[in-house]
Amino acid sequence: MSSFTEFFSFADPNVRYVTIGAVLITASSALVGTFTFLNKKSLLGDAIAHAVLPGICLGFLLSGTKNPLYLILGAFVTGWLSLYAIQYITTKSRIKEDTAIGLILSVFFGFGILLLTYIQKSGNANQSGLDHFLFGKAASMVAADIITFSVVAVCLMTLTLLFFKEFTLMVFDRNYAVALGLPVKKLELLLTSMIVLAVVVGIQAVGVVLMAAVLITPAAVARFWTNSIRIMFVVAAITGAFSGLAGAYISYTAPSMPTGPWIVIVISTLALASFLLAPTKGVLNRFLKQRRFRRTIQDENVLKVLYQLGEGSKNFYIHRYAEEIIRKRNFNKQSLMRSIQRLCRQGYLEKSGELCSLTEEGKNRAKRVVKIHRLWELYLTTHVNIAPDHVHEDADTIEHFLTPELEADLERILNYPVVDPHKAEIPY
Amino acid sequence: MEAVNAVKAPALEVHDLTVAFDRKPVLWNIDLEIPQGKLVGIIGPNGAGKSTLIKSIMGLLPLSSGYCKLFDESIDKVRHRISYVPQRESVDWDFPVSVLDVVMMGRYGKLGLLKRPRQADIDVAMDCLKKVGMESFANRQIAQLSGGQQQRTFLARALAQQADIYFMDEPFAGVDAATEKAIISLLRTMTANNKTVIVVHHDLQSVSTYFDWVILLNTRLVAYGPTERIFTQEKLQETYGGKLTLLSDVGDLIRRENFPNRE
Repeated sequence: MSSFTEFFSFADPNVRYVTIGAVLITASSALVGTFTFLNKKSLLGDAIAHAVLPGICLGFLLSGTKNPLYLILGAFVTGWLSLYAIQYITTKSRIKEDTAIGLILSVFFGFGILLLTYIQKSGNANQSGLDHFLFGKAASMVAADIITFSVVAVCLMTLTLLFFKEFTLMVFDRNYAVALGLPVKKLELLLTSMIVLAVVVGIQAVGVVLMAAVLITPAAVARFWTNSIRIMFVVAAITGAFSGLAGAYISYTAPSMPTGPWIVIVISTLALASFLLAPTKGVLNRFLKQRRFRRTIQDENVLKVLYQLGEGSKNFYIHRYAEEIIRKRNFNKQSLMRSIQRLCRQGYLEKSGELCSLTEEGKNRAKRVVKIHRLWELYLTTHVNIAPDHVHEDADTIEHFLTPELEADLERILNYPVVDPHKAEIPY
Repeated sequence: MEAVNAVKAPALEVHDLTVAFDRKPVLWNIDLEIPQGKLVGIIGPNGAGKSTLIKSIMGLLPLSSGYCKLFDESIDKVRHRISYVPQRESVDWDFPVSVLDVVMMGRYGKLGLLKRPRQADIDVAMDCLKKVGMESFANRQIAQLSGGQQQRTFLARALAQQADIYFMDEPFAGVDAATEKAIISLLRTMTANNKTVIVVHHDLQSVSTYFDWVILLNTRLVAYGPTERIFTQEKLQETYGGKLTLLSDVGDLIRRENFPNRE
């Protein structure tokens, strides 16, 4: 049996615990983190994640046990304290929020490491395992952990659903939420508590250091793919759950591989892929669009040159060599040949041997470009008061993307003029 | 300051209101009363505290002194009767919601916590979009709106609150002339139905045609009352020309010295 079917049969209880635990944690953190992301408070998530460490250590020191209740309680206290401190510094001093976050994050984390080292050196037999909070211990989750995680995850998901409209409004337009009379302070308290809770649970899987990735990255991934906040939450949760699952699977197939870091690597890969490939917002799509624009511009310029060459003799269908085109306007020979090929394919040019000429369609498209160019030059000189010798460059770009509606407006405003500022005839 | 006859059953009463940022007072001891059913313009130069006045009345800023009453009640008792149009730039227009989503937010106050909007609420929202001429944009992502359309979306959201008094912070910023006319006639029908509309406004040209009442403000209250009586050359001079340097110097002093502005 392959490791794939072995893993996904979930026959091994250990596999079951790890997978369920990882998926629950990543999905619910992703939901809560989406609000943080939309609120532009992503760094706060990171600060909280680091600031819970001293709380966990204090919880252990004061109670003397690893009872998760005390640890979570301690985490809550210091997580909260860090948020309060950041807010206090930002409002009461000239220090800006990013600096305050940096300060508080490192102070709390440093203190946490200090306590952790102290505990480890103290010889307390109970302490083994506390360092899991640093890097997570997803692979060693047991049934009892899963129960805690499930309860927390269900709580977080339910609260997100219940207060979805309030949280959305609060994040979009806080003042308006206050003006409506929503209990914004209490809602903020609730949302922050949810973040702290997600962090406290999440760090057991991925650790303090990587927690911010689990919280924020799924939201960033989702934002690339949708403009609807509801779909965004679903995509973020699925992204989180998928990376939890994938992380568990990878660490299963390669036993020495840690689950938490793999979860983060999977999420980050998804984020990178979204950054590159997402429709409209992705880098690749923008690049292709740019290239399409550049090609259109070049192709239309070729048509325009052929049109202008024909203007003298009033015969636009004369066959010409590529060299003639280059003599009129300096194209790169290779890219000109590619343009000619494209234009032939699209039916704007005809080729016979080395020679090419405009078709009827090609002539009309070229005529429109020339017309818009000259109309725009005229508009700039008569309506915008720009000197006639400064208008050519502007018109050279405008001619390629003016919409038919704006073209009609332009004709109407100028009242179908006969010649442009340089006395060239405007073709209709 | 021009004394005005006591207003009967005012929609808004502001009493000895002082507001400070970082201890420096930006509004000094404002006293005013606005009757119901008026279209009121708040006029004054940049930095006069026009937005601050609205925000303080809405309870969005801490007051250094004084109080505001709406319909003779404290704001928290009558929030459901009060509507607010914040400045357009105050939110992130790249937020992943549709125009209808934003307008539906106007219903949340009436809906209460945990309740889902019903068809009736959607109908109200669509009706409000129609009033501002935006019904065909209902499902449009807000990032795709022009400035004027954003402004009309905010207006529709405020209308969806079905309130009795409306505070609007520069609703005409970035709006073309035709839309501005349409909005004004909409506000007119609202005041005709005894709604009170208070608008922060910049364009002095249109003040006398738009507003029944004006509030002239320049960190202190210069004057308020019916437009034809208050909106005079002399009062405008006082609002825009004579900046009281001494007043702002004292404000700066209070901030610098960390002095409490009330004992």
